[in-house]
Amino acid sequence: MSTQDDTHKLISTEVQVDEQTHEDTAETVVSAEKLNVYYGEEKALSDVSAEIPERRVTAIIGPSGCGKSTFLRSINRMNDRISMCQVEGTLRFNGKNVYDDDVDPVALRRRIGQVFQSPNPFPKSIYDNVAYGLRVQGKADKVDLDKQVERALKQAALWDEVKDQLDSSGLDLSGGQQQRLCIARAIAPDPEVILMDEPTSALDPVAAAKIEDLIEDLAQNYTVIIVTHNMQQAARISDKTAVFLTGGKLVEFDDTATIFEDPEDQRVEDYITGKFG
Amino acid sequence: MSTDTERGSEAIGQSITDVDLSSEKFKNRVFYATLVAASSFGVIMLVFLFADIFYEGIIGQQRFGIEISRFLGNTGSQTPGNAGFYSAIVASIWLMLLTTAFILFLGISTALYLVEYAPDNRTTRLIEANLANLAGVPSVVYGILILALIVNGAGLGSVILAGAIALSALVVPIVIVASIEAIRAVPDGMRDGSAAAGATQWQTIRRVVLPQAIPGIMTGTILALARAVGETAPLLMVGALFTDTSVPSGPFDSFSSMPVQIYNWTYLPQREFLALAAMGIIVLLLVLLAMQAVAVYIRRKYERDVSLTGV
Repeated sequence: MSTQDDTHKLISTEVQVDEQTHEDTAETVVSAEKLNVYYGEEKALSDVSAEIPERRVTAIIGPSGCGKSTFLRSINRMNDRISMCQVEGTLRFNGKNVYDDDVDPVALRRRIGQVFQSPNPFPKSIYDNVAYGLRVQGKADKVDLDKQVERALKQAALWDEVKDQLDSSGLDLSGGQQQRLCIARAIAPDPEVILMDEPTSALDPVAAAKIEDLIEDLAQNYTVIIVTHNMQQAARISDKTAVFLTGGKLVEFDDTATIFEDPEDQRVEDYITGKFG
Repeated sequence: MSTDTERGSEAIGQSITDVDLSSEKFKNRVFYATLVAASSFGVIMLVFLFADIFYEGIIGQQRFGIEISRFLGNTGSQTPGNAGFYSAIVASIWLMLLTTAFILFLGISTALYLVEYAPDNRTTRLIEANLANLAGVPSVVYGILILALIVNGAGLGSVILAGAIALSALVVPIVIVASIEAIRAVPDGMRDGSAAAGATQWQTIRRVVLPQAIPGIMTGTILALARAVGETAPLLMVGALFTDTSVPSGPFDSFSSMPVQIYNWTYLPQREFLALAAMGIIVLLLVLLAMQAVAVYIRRKYERDVSLTGV
């Protein structure tokens, strides 16, 4: 809050770099159509419609309690785990409505990985953490597990730091390393989409910067959808930005450059410049 | 020692040296002594118990010449000179093995259902609240229940299996409560992480929840077994033998048990039986201490890991 002016300056300079990705025609991988989510009586998402492009970083920003995490969790049906939660509308993954009766959320989550706000590695070895997804998905026997673990750790930029201690506990790592371990765990089964729920908010700036670099690299192979309350972060790493404002409404969804330089909606401009939120 | 410096600072430090705290200090000491006395009560009682039992045991050794090998090797007998503890020990081991199997299965299953599967509604909360009440039911009541239900009702007879069922019914609430706590202590972030990796609920439970909960569950189980191994009343109800002259060889044999045998020996008129009872109590106490030690060991061993998982 205290650095609002700096924020604005930072955003405008960074956005210049992103403009080269402007004329892209990526396929839509996740699309929401009039998605409504309720927690009991309370409406958490209201008529959200958005088309999220493949192999791009899409940032979801907005003030606390605006429904951005709810939207993220409705993509891989983690909301099903909350008994109060009701979903209406359509959310398509590769054209298929994930809320159709013939979709098993377990199968869906095998295509859509997730990284959480605070690092949550299992109290297992680093190797077992990364191999977890492949093992529960029954792929451990079909692939070269050692190779896949190495590949995932390399993609998560953690391999060089842990290659000699794969048998030691994932909990012995620092917070930033733990979060990269969780990213490795999410990408090891080779999903199409990776959801990230404020993945750097529990980390120090140096560790957060490493994760940000990593996210940009991940977008070469995966579709990344990241919830963040850090607007500089959204401006730095994302190609598309969705702005949610109070009441669970998606107010504007466009190229990141457009959102930060010339948003259509006055409320979005107010929020981004720090006048609101 | 440092009288010079003290005398020098007398005038300066008068405001804190001239205060008379003696009556306050006296109250302090009285209160302290009361607390020490109260907390020593249990320890002193235990010391008396040990002294008495070891004295009786040694008397038995010297006056009646009860050899350890005879005591541990002979079966029960009406004749004091032949009586031993062996069949009671074997029966207790059988009871423990069967009870362990029952309470682990029932305890973990119930706790997993209540924490991981049951809907959070009034019925679930009612069941959970009543587990504590169940743990407070007098042990003799379980004995009567199993006598009616299993021994006579199902026609199983007074066999080890019936005794193990009575002991299991008695202590399973302890295991359930300990397991519920251990399973609840596993952070939800772990379950979310597992579900997001595409695991089914059972995979999450087996690979993530149970491994972290097992130390707590094991500690609760061992404490429950320690309670069960010392129980007399339910076994008497089920029909344990006072004097078992044969060694039980399976779950469908008639049986005595360590506490039942001790109870019987203290009841008999001959002085030698009292000495035998004292020696039996020593064996039982050693078993209990060993079980407690294992429980403490498990808790210590996993304490570090568990505290680390509190993400």
